[in-house]
Amino acid sequence: MPTKVKVENLTKIFGRRAGRAKELLKKGKSKSEILKEVGATVGVNQANFEIQSGEIFVIMGLSGSGKSTLVRMINRLIEPTDGNIWIDNEDLMKVDKKGLLNIRRKKMSMVFQNFGLFPNRTVLENTEYGLEIQGISKSEREVKAKEALDEVGLAGYYDQYPTQLSGGMQQRVGLARALANDSEILLMDEAFSALDPLNRSDMQDQLLDLQERLNKTIIFISHDLDEALKIGDHIMIMKDGEIIQIGTPEDILTKPEDEYVEKFIENVDRSKILTAENVMIRPATINIQKDGPRLALKRMREEKVSMVYVVDNRRKLVGTLDVMDVANLVKEGSRDLESIINKSNLPTTTPDKPLAELMEEISQTPIPFAVIDDSDRLIGIIIRGAVLGALTGNEVSEFE
Amino acid sequence: MNNLLAIQKIPLAQWIDSLVDELTKFTGFFNVISNFINGIINGFQWVFDLLPAWLFILIILGLTYYANKGKQKYGLLIFELLGLMLIINLGFWRDMTQTLTLVLTATLISLIIGIPLGILMGKSNTAEVILKPILDFMQTMPAFVYLIPAVAFFGIGMMPGVFASVIFAMPPTVRMTNLGIRQVPTELIEASESYGSTEWQKLIKVQLPLAKSTMMAGINQSMMLSLSMVVIASMIGAMGLGTRVYFAVGRNDAGNGFAAGLAIVILAIILDRLTQALTREKQK
Repeated sequence: MPTKVKVENLTKIFGRRAGRAKELLKKGKSKSEILKEVGATVGVNQANFEIQSGEIFVIMGLSGSGKSTLVRMINRLIEPTDGNIWIDNEDLMKVDKKGLLNIRRKKMSMVFQNFGLFPNRTVLENTEYGLEIQGISKSEREVKAKEALDEVGLAGYYDQYPTQLSGGMQQRVGLARALANDSEILLMDEAFSALDPLNRSDMQDQLLDLQERLNKTIIFISHDLDEALKIGDHIMIMKDGEIIQIGTPEDILTKPEDEYVEKFIENVDRSKILTAENVMIRPATINIQKDGPRLALKRMREEKVSMVYVVDNRRKLVGTLDVMDVANLVKEGSRDLESIINKSNLPTTTPDKPLAELMEEISQTPIPFAVIDDSDRLIGIIIRGAVLGALTGNEVSEFE
Repeated sequence: MNNLLAIQKIPLAQWIDSLVDELTKFTGFFNVISNFINGIINGFQWVFDLLPAWLFILIILGLTYYANKGKQKYGLLIFELLGLMLIINLGFWRDMTQTLTLVLTATLISLIIGIPLGILMGKSNTAEVILKPILDFMQTMPAFVYLIPAVAFFGIGMMPGVFASVIFAMPPTVRMTNLGIRQVPTELIEASESYGSTEWQKLIKVQLPLAKSTMMAGINQSMMLSLSMVVIASMIGAMGLGTRVYFAVGRNDAGNGFAAGLAIVILAIILDRLTQALTREKQK
């Protein structure tokens, strides 16, 4: 995918002696040293990153980490002190006032934490705002605004005022206003942070839904790692105006760059992020079309288990064998493994199933869950120990 | 110390005199202003003279009824009817319309000058720093003082009354416009800018509509302040209810003084309630 937004050495220093502070920053002085020396606050310190077209790029950090400043520099609501921004290979720092207005009108739309809706305008008029200032005719913008409102599930609320709506609905209006402009880039500044948890989760799902259809480039600011992991294609973690780590959610979780990130992911609800695939282990199996009862016994002894999984030549799951049944069979001198295979009550799941949805069943079923792929092939099993290990942050998967 | 200060008296009064003298030389300039303001005054007075009293009362009642649509205040309507009838009965009708002309003209000019100044002040910190002390000065300087240069510039009559009233009554409009614009939440300003609004669009579509109720409170105050100037302005020949009060003071005539004063109070209450109701109406 092509690069949509490229940021190079982007720096923002607040305060009077920004020039002097910039020099110190280049010499590698820290934020607190600069504050002490020249009294200027470093908002963002020489940020470098690229955002691909069509991805959700989450900028994560606690308050004061510079994430809101950073996103406001991308549409120049805040003038950068130094550095470059390219949008589709156009140097944003070089465009004139008119060009900037044009970029804001056509290329980027912003969604705000506290919704940023105009209280004196109806839902429809709010949604039309971006089109209205471009001078688009009333009838045309009404059509587009209604489309956008329908898209976010607010058909029929056109003539209400924002204060008459719940928080979640207000933010849907904010989102619709951004969509109505049909711009390629959405800047979402803590867009769901002011919502209650249920609403937030709904909005996240809706955003992912929309993204699947519309394929925008979304820059999403958040202080909530669960949210970042859920919606982000890439996550950038910031602290004190500096970028600590950029990576996929998986990278962040499995390879935290430093203690700060580690501390962050400590409190993540892993059951929501990890899937069956992440915690499954290689099962002891025998091939029904090749192996006999003695081999089955031997394998169970080797693996120190009382049960093996039975697959066919194509690794399709057939059932399980219990050690007692196999031992009896050997005693009787029979080779008919087929007759003692347990085929019923075999709990199975798919590799992409989140652990959160599996936990209850896992705790209630005595035998491990078999993980099977689309064509019923056995690819792993989930034992309780591995689940507990994964939830506490000690992944045990043998597949890595 | 006292000796030191007594050595030389600063000729502040002379300085101001010569400034006023200098300014009066710009006759052409003051003529233009004078003609403009006189035009407004004559326009209002012409309309009020043309309207028969009963029609005037009907219009006031109609306006009040319209402004309070939905939550009617019948007490106010009755008060207006009785109050205005009392003014006719006391023989103050023409005086009342003259006073109203003075107040409306002063308020109108306060708006024409005050709102742009307030917007400038709301948008620029430098303008705020410069204008704030000037506004304080305008409001705290005893209103009588303005009469002196007003006469020097415009002679006597309605015109200098309006001039003095404007200086005294304009500050609330400027201040409240400034306040209203500054009170618009940052996020709404950012929302407006992030969608590519020009400064003008931001002002017209976001800042002014959201500042409106605060601004209206300022306008209401300006109107009340210019009404308070009525008696003072009568000293330099601005006709109206104020003249009646002024004469009564001169003749030690408590009865007529109170009667005219009561007419001013009635007018004040009607104007105040009416502008407040119009503010609420527009806010919806």
